[in-house]
Amino acid sequence: MIPSAFAYERVQTVEQAVRALQANPGAKLLAGGHSLIPLMKMRLATPTRLVDISGIRELRGVWKKDDRLVIGALTTHREIATDRVVRTHLPALAEAASRVGDLQVRNRGTIGGNLAHADPSSDLPAVALAFDAVFDVLGPEGMQTVPIDGYFLGPLVTALPENSVITAVSLKLPPSGTRSTYVKYPHPASGYAVVGVAAAARVEPDGVIDFVRVAVTGAGDVPYRAQAVEDALLGQHVSDDLIREAAAHAADDGSISGDLFASEAYRRHLCSVYVERALRKVLSRG
Amino acid sequence: MEATRMTVTVRVNGREYTRAVEPRLLLVHFLRDELGLTGTHIGCDTSQCGACTVLLNGEAVKSCTVLAVQADGAEVTTIEGLGDLSHLHPVQEGFWEKHGLQCGFCTPGVIMTAAGMLAQNPNPTEEEIREGLEGVICRCTGYQNIVRAVQYAAEKMKGAGAETEVAAAGADASAGGDA
Repeated sequence: MIPSAFAYERVQTVEQAVRALQANPGAKLLAGGHSLIPLMKMRLATPTRLVDISGIRELRGVWKKDDRLVIGALTTHREIATDRVVRTHLPALAEAASRVGDLQVRNRGTIGGNLAHADPSSDLPAVALAFDAVFDVLGPEGMQTVPIDGYFLGPLVTALPENSVITAVSLKLPPSGTRSTYVKYPHPASGYAVVGVAAAARVEPDGVIDFVRVAVTGAGDVPYRAQAVEDALLGQHVSDDLIREAAAHAADDGSISGDLFASEAYRRHLCSVYVERALRKVLSRG
Repeated sequence: MEATRMTVTVRVNGREYTRAVEPRLLLVHFLRDELGLTGTHIGCDTSQCGACTVLLNGEAVKSCTVLAVQADGAEVTTIEGLGDLSHLHPVQEGFWEKHGLQCGFCTPGVIMTAAGMLAQNPNPTEEEIREGLEGVICRCTGYQNIVRAVQYAAEKMKGAGAETEVAAAGADASAGGDA
């Protein structure tokens, strides 16, 4: 399969990228290319110009800044999955990144590209929602931040401003002592999440849950925070029954729909099963 | 729109090649059609099967999902450059010794994936090998022997010393364990 013809340019700075987008209405950014190029080969996307930002060095890397973990937009899934800082402070992110696609895809795909593409079955959006991600974005008007709340407008549609470039994604580090995880039921053919769940929780010594985050990807038209599950858990004493009852609300906040592979009812069921599994991992004591 | 050709220079298997190509030319077509390196196969052409896997700056990538222009200035290793009959790469030797192939169509991509995996993680567990091979499809279902071949290569490379030390710089994550 051959994409339709386009012009190609490499840029060395984010400012150049923004200018190139402004000057060429049909242009698209190219980072790892592992969402965009398949779409172009199927001619579902036909940009007239690709602006290759992959050589902008300052968009790579992971660092801690106050209570946030900042990840450069061009950091690859593999770099995130193997990064010591990520694995220590946000294991759920490392787990999710290690489950994206396959080894070859993880070598090329980037966190910025992944979240800009906003595939509703992608893994990272669940983690981004669970940890209050904020995008640093450079656009024609200068730098601005875009919060994850309200970011996913629909499948492949986001609240990113026009002609802008994500430079970094930062995730809020949970209070110390929090455990986090990402679990997933992958589609057997594509590996995408039929249901993927990011969960984080902290339990006080007396057994009361004083911090909890749950977010679901794959099941809905857009990834979502499972607020009803969090509400059922926060301030409560951990117990088997509590986990089961909370997990029953896993699909409440999502707009769940069925497709050829999984009916709506099955997806709702999977939401509860996988939220329960994730909660057992982060709430089990000892 | 009109396609403007661009000049790309890629170092493939240690030799530099310069060609004028359309930006939409895929790396796999560049390797096969422009350079005549037909060891890299095209299977699914949709980033699933991994038959087109090559090393791009040392990392395993699916060359059906990389543009030739993206590889401008980069180093590419294909199956032709991995080893030769008198000096097989340990992964190639493993495939020979452990019967890691039947029809052989997927083999170049599987070998390049395994070589890239071992460069990132020289001491993989069996589970990590299986997880690392997730991005390749063998329709002869020769996976058991492919895993053995990669284990053979890992053992062999451990003995080789210097090569292993370089690779150890990028130890990989352990496989995600759920579902």
